[in-house]
Amino acid sequence: MTRGATMDEGVGLGASEPWDDALTVASLLAVDLLGLRGVRLRGLPGPAREAWLTAFGAVKGADAPLRRLPASIDIDRLIGGLDLSRTLAAGRPVAQKGLIAEADGGWIVAAMAERMEPQVAAELAKVLDTGEVVAERDGIGLRTRALIAVIALDEALPDEAGLSAGLADRLAFDLDLAGVRPVAATIQPPSFADIAAARARLGAVVHTDEMVACLVTTALALGIGSLRAPLLALKAARASAALAGRDAVTADDVMLAARLVLAPRATCLPACDSEDHPPEPPEDDQHAADDEPLPPPDDLGERPLEDIVLDAIAAALPPDLLARLGDGDATRTPGPTGGASGAQRAQAHRGRVVGARPGKPVGGARLAVLDTLRAAAPWQRVRATGGPHAVRSPDLRRIAVRPEDFRIKRFRQRTGSTTIFLVDASGSSALNRLAEAKGAVEMLLADCYVRRDEVALIAFRGQTAELLLPPTRALVRAKRCLAALPAGGGTPLANGLDAALALALVQRRKGLEPALVLLTDGAPNIGRDGAPGRPQAQDDAVASARQARSVGLRALIIDTAQRQQAFSQRLADAMGAVLVQLPRTDARGVTDIVRSTFTQSGRA
Amino acid sequence: MTTTFPFSAIVGQDDIKRSLLLAAVDPAIGGVLVLGDRGTGKSTAVRALAALLPRLEAVAGCRYQCDPADAGRDCTPECPSQGVTRGKPKSIAIAVPVVDLPLGATEDRVVGALDLEKALTSGEKAFEPGLLARANRGFLYIDEVNLLEDHLVDLLLDVAATGINVVEREGLSIRHPARFVLVGSGNPEEGELRPQLLDRFGLSVEVATPREVAQRIEIIKRRDAFERAPDRFIEEWQGEEQATARMISAAREALPRVGVPDAVLVKIAELCIALGTDGLRGELTLMRAGRALAALEGDRQVETAHVRRVAPLALRHRLRRNPLDEAGTGVRIERALADVLPA
Repeated sequence: MTRGATMDEGVGLGASEPWDDALTVASLLAVDLLGLRGVRLRGLPGPAREAWLTAFGAVKGADAPLRRLPASIDIDRLIGGLDLSRTLAAGRPVAQKGLIAEADGGWIVAAMAERMEPQVAAELAKVLDTGEVVAERDGIGLRTRALIAVIALDEALPDEAGLSAGLADRLAFDLDLAGVRPVAATIQPPSFADIAAARARLGAVVHTDEMVACLVTTALALGIGSLRAPLLALKAARASAALAGRDAVTADDVMLAARLVLAPRATCLPACDSEDHPPEPPEDDQHAADDEPLPPPDDLGERPLEDIVLDAIAAALPPDLLARLGDGDATRTPGPTGGASGAQRAQAHRGRVVGARPGKPVGGARLAVLDTLRAAAPWQRVRATGGPHAVRSPDLRRIAVRPEDFRIKRFRQRTGSTTIFLVDASGSSALNRLAEAKGAVEMLLADCYVRRDEVALIAFRGQTAELLLPPTRALVRAKRCLAALPAGGGTPLANGLDAALALALVQRRKGLEPALVLLTDGAPNIGRDGAPGRPQAQDDAVASARQARSVGLRALIIDTAQRQQAFSQRLADAMGAVLVQLPRTDARGVTDIVRSTFTQSGRA
Repeated sequence: MTTTFPFSAIVGQDDIKRSLLLAAVDPAIGGVLVLGDRGTGKSTAVRALAALLPRLEAVAGCRYQCDPADAGRDCTPECPSQGVTRGKPKSIAIAVPVVDLPLGATEDRVVGALDLEKALTSGEKAFEPGLLARANRGFLYIDEVNLLEDHLVDLLLDVAATGINVVEREGLSIRHPARFVLVGSGNPEEGELRPQLLDRFGLSVEVATPREVAQRIEIIKRRDAFERAPDRFIEEWQGEEQATARMISAAREALPRVGVPDAVLVKIAELCIALGTDGLRGELTLMRAGRALAALEGDRQVETAHVRRVAPLALRHRLRRNPLDEAGTGVRIERALADVLPA
């Protein structure tokens, strides 16, 4: 069919053009909307993304509804609830569908998906699982069918967390459009008639057990734990077969599916699985057990399908995967942050609504309409029919609301915070009691656990700083990262401070107040440009420290040196930070100091 | 509305299935918490359980489906059973409620609130029961329990402890029974659970993705078959489902007759002391879970073998836990079991 040109090479599939892949994803999604459940489109807005959305719009069909989901959507609009204007007009509660239910049978395009609230992501994930949306809000109980697929536009920068992992797990595809040029497509996109034919054919497409086994084994070999991945890959293979006008899935379909669905989820290279699983897939056992003749291996020679698929994937894996693997987590080196779109959110009258209280909606206070109506409701008869302040109109469908009914919303500002641990892992620091410093950090972590704060860990040594742990509440991971922290090399303090500052600003944009804990022996010797030299390194570090102060970052410096360095004091002054000498105190002492520092100066 | 995957067709995940069955046999065990990786079928198992539960006798016309055997002792004054002085009130058989508590639920829908419709149309001040009322004598399921808003968690903690929902809002003053089996599931990587909430669950299960290839293949095959033709798949499993449902009913009936020998109680106490669990809740839960397991398996009395099998489920989340301890509490329980109840 249309994609035949690239298919013939078999193993050479891995080298196919990224833009061809992107178009293929669009076609497959159009064929099996509800089975494949969507795509995560990475990259900033640009011609590639626009071109993809246009191409997708051309094949998806006009009948499927499409709704845009802004990152800042509130839960009411998302899942539905009380329709206030109609409720007021009708004089009885009227329910209103949410955005998810409106998209039933079609698509939700989530803009700036990396900024999506966790609750919104969880809600979408649940709808993708159950096919219905349940709202229990504001006096309305609503259960609506919602078979949807999601296109998540993920604009996260390399050092940001990106789309919620739970939601990403449910979407079949993960396309990175950064750097993709939407020009030289070698394949012809299918027409809508092709798609319609493929949809009709989809239900009848068959596959062999060997193919299921192949996808499962491949997923394991790539270190993919979730079972949704091979299931979605199987559906993608079927969609591919249907699109090509075949009634049976072929090895090419399986390979394509593995490359598009499994490869982007890989957490380890196929070779590195030797500890957990035998390197040779237990192929023979299965066939013995299944007692079923091997399907003819198409034109693939005598190599088992798994091997060929793995080869194809190895060629398609992102080149920096190895560098990102670290200790099994895909950690990335933080780059300069600055481009994230969206201004800082207004802080006033924000946060979680925790109830309502009587009061006037003036001075920025927000009227709690529903609570106001509730307060007014019991009096309607009285107000309508008599009493000293009787309303003249006997029309019961108009609600008489008096000033004393007014209720305003009470907010509780979510005072979540992120503690960023910036750890000096240089050679000199290793001599100077890095172990005790780790002990102190562990106690601080336990403290963060109680407050449900997020923690992040950045280490600097050699010439660069590295984000070892993006902000998380999973403290066990923080501890593991810290325990495995190697030490040695120079002290690029300025780079460390810059990385911490960048992360702090990202967190602040999310509405979390950052705090910095710097552990160092106060002896920087690598400048910002990576060149050795103590005076320059110190000046660079002080400059970075001033910048941190200028944005009002709360900071604490724990000096791990045996004897206090004059420079530590200079740094603390520049940063407006509290300076603590580790040698004079034990780990518990440090914790107390940190606690008092951060409770006094922050959290108004 | 949507079809659910049959419970009996779930491959592996024996801990989840066993915990849910135990809670179905004896609701007094007090709930199940399922924590684990993404894509392990946590919520599939919970949602599938509903189809297996035997029907429930409830007072006809009671909004809280209260128990006719209780003659509505702690039900609200409006309950039809309150007027009945002799004999049992009229009752009907209903399906055991399995109520989903969605994350975005507002407080008024959870605890119940002024009935807006009645208030708006007739000016009447009436109470509209919430999800807690609907879950009375059944199951309350919270998916992504670790993402639940703190104020809803507080509310649940209180009701789960007392079994009574007290509503004092909008001029209403209502108390009604709200005894339910709390079932929660979540992925700990997305947020830790508050210790107080942890303690409300009788049993806890930690699931990991199965690593065995053959098992994974079977899971994918069944899931795929289900998604392609749900009706046919459900029909194929109907026999198994009925057998499981019968097993639950039989175990429920047998439960009161299952004995717990003193020697076993001593062992349970020794085990809890060795592990240093706080309070008596650990012992009680362990005993109930052991009894429910014996009932499920058709045994007349609880043996140490039953206790050994349910101990990790009943105790894992009760050990005083260092939040940074990686090894997890499972290892400590294994060790204590080897000491107190050598196989």
